[in-house]
Amino acid sequence: MRPILTAAILVAVSRSPSPTARPRRVALFVTCLVDLFRPSIGFAAVKLLEEAGCTVEVPPLQVCCGQPAYNSGDRATTRAIAAQVIGAFEGYDAVVAPSGSCGGMLSHHYPGLFDDDPAMKVRAETLAGRSYELMAFLVDVLGVEKVAARYDGAVTYHDSCSGLRELGVKDQPRRLLRTVQGLTVREMKTPEVCCGFGGTFCVKYPEISNAMVGEKSADIAESGAETLLAGDLGCLMNMAGKLQRQGSPVRVRHVAEVLADMGNLPPIGEPG
Amino acid sequence: MESTARDFNSNVDHALADPNLQDSLSKLKVGFSERRRQAAERLPEFEALRDRARDIKNHALANLDFYLEEFERKVLALGGHVHWAPTAADARRIIGELCQSMGARTVAKSKSMVAEEIALNEHLEAIGIAPIETDLGEYIIQLRHEPPSHIIAPAVHLTKDQVADTFLEHHAKLGFTRRLTERNDLVAEARHVLRQKFLDADVGLTGANFLVAETGSSMLITNEGNADLSNTLPRMHIVLASIEKVIPTLEDAAVLLRVLARSATGQESSAYTTLNTGPKRPGDLDGPEHYHVVILDNGRSAVLGTEMQEILRCIRCGACMNHCPVYGAIGGHAYGWVYPGPLGAVLTPQLIGVEEAGNLPNASTFCGRCESVCPVRIPLPKLMRHWREREFERHLTPVAVRQGLALWSFVARRPRLYRGLTALANRVLALFGRADGRYRALPLAGGWTRYRDLPAPPAGGTFHAQWKKKGPT
Amino acid sequence: MSEAPTTARAQILNGIRRSLRRGEITGEQREAVEERLARPPLGPTVARAQLAQPEKVALFCQWAEANNATVARVAASDVAAEVVSYLARNNLPARAAMAPSPQLADYDWDGQKMLSLRRGRGEAADQVSITGAFAGIAETGTLVMASGPEHPVTLNLLPDTHIVVVRESDIVSGYEDVWTRLRQRYGKDRMPRTINTLTGPSRTGDIEQAMELGAHGPRRMHIVVVPT
Repeated sequence: MRPILTAAILVAVSRSPSPTARPRRVALFVTCLVDLFRPSIGFAAVKLLEEAGCTVEVPPLQVCCGQPAYNSGDRATTRAIAAQVIGAFEGYDAVVAPSGSCGGMLSHHYPGLFDDDPAMKVRAETLAGRSYELMAFLVDVLGVEKVAARYDGAVTYHDSCSGLRELGVKDQPRRLLRTVQGLTVREMKTPEVCCGFGGTFCVKYPEISNAMVGEKSADIAESGAETLLAGDLGCLMNMAGKLQRQGSPVRVRHVAEVLADMGNLPPIGEPG
Repeated sequence: MESTARDFNSNVDHALADPNLQDSLSKLKVGFSERRRQAAERLPEFEALRDRARDIKNHALANLDFYLEEFERKVLALGGHVHWAPTAADARRIIGELCQSMGARTVAKSKSMVAEEIALNEHLEAIGIAPIETDLGEYIIQLRHEPPSHIIAPAVHLTKDQVADTFLEHHAKLGFTRRLTERNDLVAEARHVLRQKFLDADVGLTGANFLVAETGSSMLITNEGNADLSNTLPRMHIVLASIEKVIPTLEDAAVLLRVLARSATGQESSAYTTLNTGPKRPGDLDGPEHYHVVILDNGRSAVLGTEMQEILRCIRCGACMNHCPVYGAIGGHAYGWVYPGPLGAVLTPQLIGVEEAGNLPNASTFCGRCESVCPVRIPLPKLMRHWREREFERHLTPVAVRQGLALWSFVARRPRLYRGLTALANRVLALFGRADGRYRALPLAGGWTRYRDLPAPPAGGTFHAQWKKKGPT
Repeated sequence: MSEAPTTARAQILNGIRRSLRRGEITGEQREAVEERLARPPLGPTVARAQLAQPEKVALFCQWAEANNATVARVAASDVAAEVVSYLARNNLPARAAMAPSPQLADYDWDGQKMLSLRRGRGEAADQVSITGAFAGIAETGTLVMASGPEHPVTLNLLPDTHIVVVRESDIVSGYEDVWTRLRQRYGKDRMPRTINTLTGPSRTGDIEQAMELGAHGPRRMHIVVVPT
């Protein structure tokens, strides 16, 4: 009886969004695309985390999560990069990425890379247990219920695949978006269908990728929304690039930017 | 069936440029997935049934030899025959000889993907026996000399108008000289033409959705009833099934039935589910006098015990392809062999070699929608990744990709070098993209910019550069 | 068949064992699978069909209609009259092939002078068949037919219209109840040659995924549900 009870209490405590149980010291996993193409997403993430009471640090030795190698079948390189990431992010209460894809890599795929290395596996599992996608971390772990932001107009939200299917990110961004003043959400018909980015897929199979993103952009247009939001910059660059090539007036932003009241920045792919 | 998987990229170009195919695919993408979603929502136990279905198939695979022997014992006890075919050639030869033993001129066939896999029709034709496909979709593509493009809807790539043209071309000599425009008229005409062929056939050949070890029964599921006519009217019934189709008991079948139809077409149940056990019994007024089961391995036993084993759980519902955005863009023929979509991306390299089918496991975004709907929870993206790993190990990955990866990995493993190079790239991209905010073309990024603009970073440096400048907070 | 079938058999079975890194299963593992075969474990229960008998019958009728069958609930004394009336309502000839089943013999066919019946298997020219059913499944409105001298399979398949008389007491919750009844009737190791489970009339979605009835089997299925 007692061990079960203790376990139940532990579970209850770890899930409780009470301030005492909140992870305070949070490391930001910036992701390579955000670092290179859209730093404002990183700053939006920092702002949201700080407003929720966290101290945010950016470990300087972080690079990439290793997905390009992992998805190309290069396991040895993936392991080397994963080991580097694991080392860079040890000792924090939580590791948060403004990306479901990179967050999913840390929390769902790292441990499996070290099945033959028990010591590394433990470290990988420790990191996995503390790694989160930003929206899920804010809502599910920190219990954030509203944001102080304003964004005028209708937005539509694309569910990026890894965030949705590996990490269960679906409701969290929508819940927070509903608290943004002036903003309404207009759903697409199929927000859960892949946009065709897929990392290296979009350049290895550009014709298929183009067919997929073409269908996505039609769905976005049909929603009638003026702004497209999502939680992964890879998908956003793909969709923005297609919409702009088609001459669409739809503006594209990362959801964190809107939630952090940074919706006045130039949209992705628009001149500053 | 002859593979064109090696020509995947040109197959894709053809598929994307085919307006009839694209029209058909646009219907498939909404139809199947929406109906499956509704069916799953109507049954609160659906997720628990999926777990159970996975466990049943895992148990059957772990004891596969035992259940196959048990199945054989029961078939023999009731007067049936069992033939073991290690290879496709063995299965073709056995079936050909069985047909010849009946002096058969025609064989009524019920859709079987395993028969496609072993190229049975070509073999039967070569020995002077006419195979007649009786599933409507399969009949249509047989007339058109096309392979199936989907495992449960073989003619899903065709429009009604194409079917009408095909029927007019082939049925005119039978007296059907009017071009039909309504679906129900097309169905009625095919029914009429095929009914006589059922009555004339000497042998009926079917696949099996499951083989039930407990009773020695083969289980067949259709909507049309064509499998039932195939296994009832001719004097001989041949079942062709691969080794992983065996399940322990009827109770296990009940679980699998509940997930199969819902995953496949969104139906609560298919119209016909049939268990056949042995030949007709004394006193029976109909049914075949001879009952033979051909059990095919064709490389499957070698998959057991490997990291690919989970693909053997597959119950061939087609949900993975119905939900795959890549399949939805290019259709089934582009995959180049019998099994398209995510299932084919895993199974085809196994059965015909990764050298031939190497593109298939790579042509996926790993979006995971297939895994999320698989009734037996096969981790299809994980298995595709395993293929990519084997290709990489065996140096089958294209040279450009390998070299790019090697360069990228050299940099990615050196954080300070990486930081310097990204800072430089950021500055260059920001500078030249300043006016438009994006690039319409960029050297080395043609794969991207052929179809979409590339957003330029805003001025101000990388995140890390800005963070460092800002100083610790 | 032709050459060395035992070799092919051994090749496959030994290949499986080699891949699974073991020999033939023995000892406790064998006992466990044999036990599982002898007493098959049940899967998750589908709650919607766990009902008292009258509600079970109602659920069966509801699903049968959803599957494009038509349903009539009549007293045993009115079965033959209902069949004649159904045929008239649908402009069908008052002529049918009927299963030579004692279960059907109880109804008042002789009272329907207009109806011409032939007892035996189904033939290509038959437009209408009349059969009983081994069971009905409430969960999905499915009929279960067990083949035998009293129920030729061809009657389920060849005619355009299939009329099925099913007794309320034969309507069960799910497949599992059918398996239990089959084992009771035929013995655990002796299934009838063919079990057809029929969920509505024949259909196809093979042209543009639109369901059309009457692909190869009956276009119409009429179910007469009779209190026991």
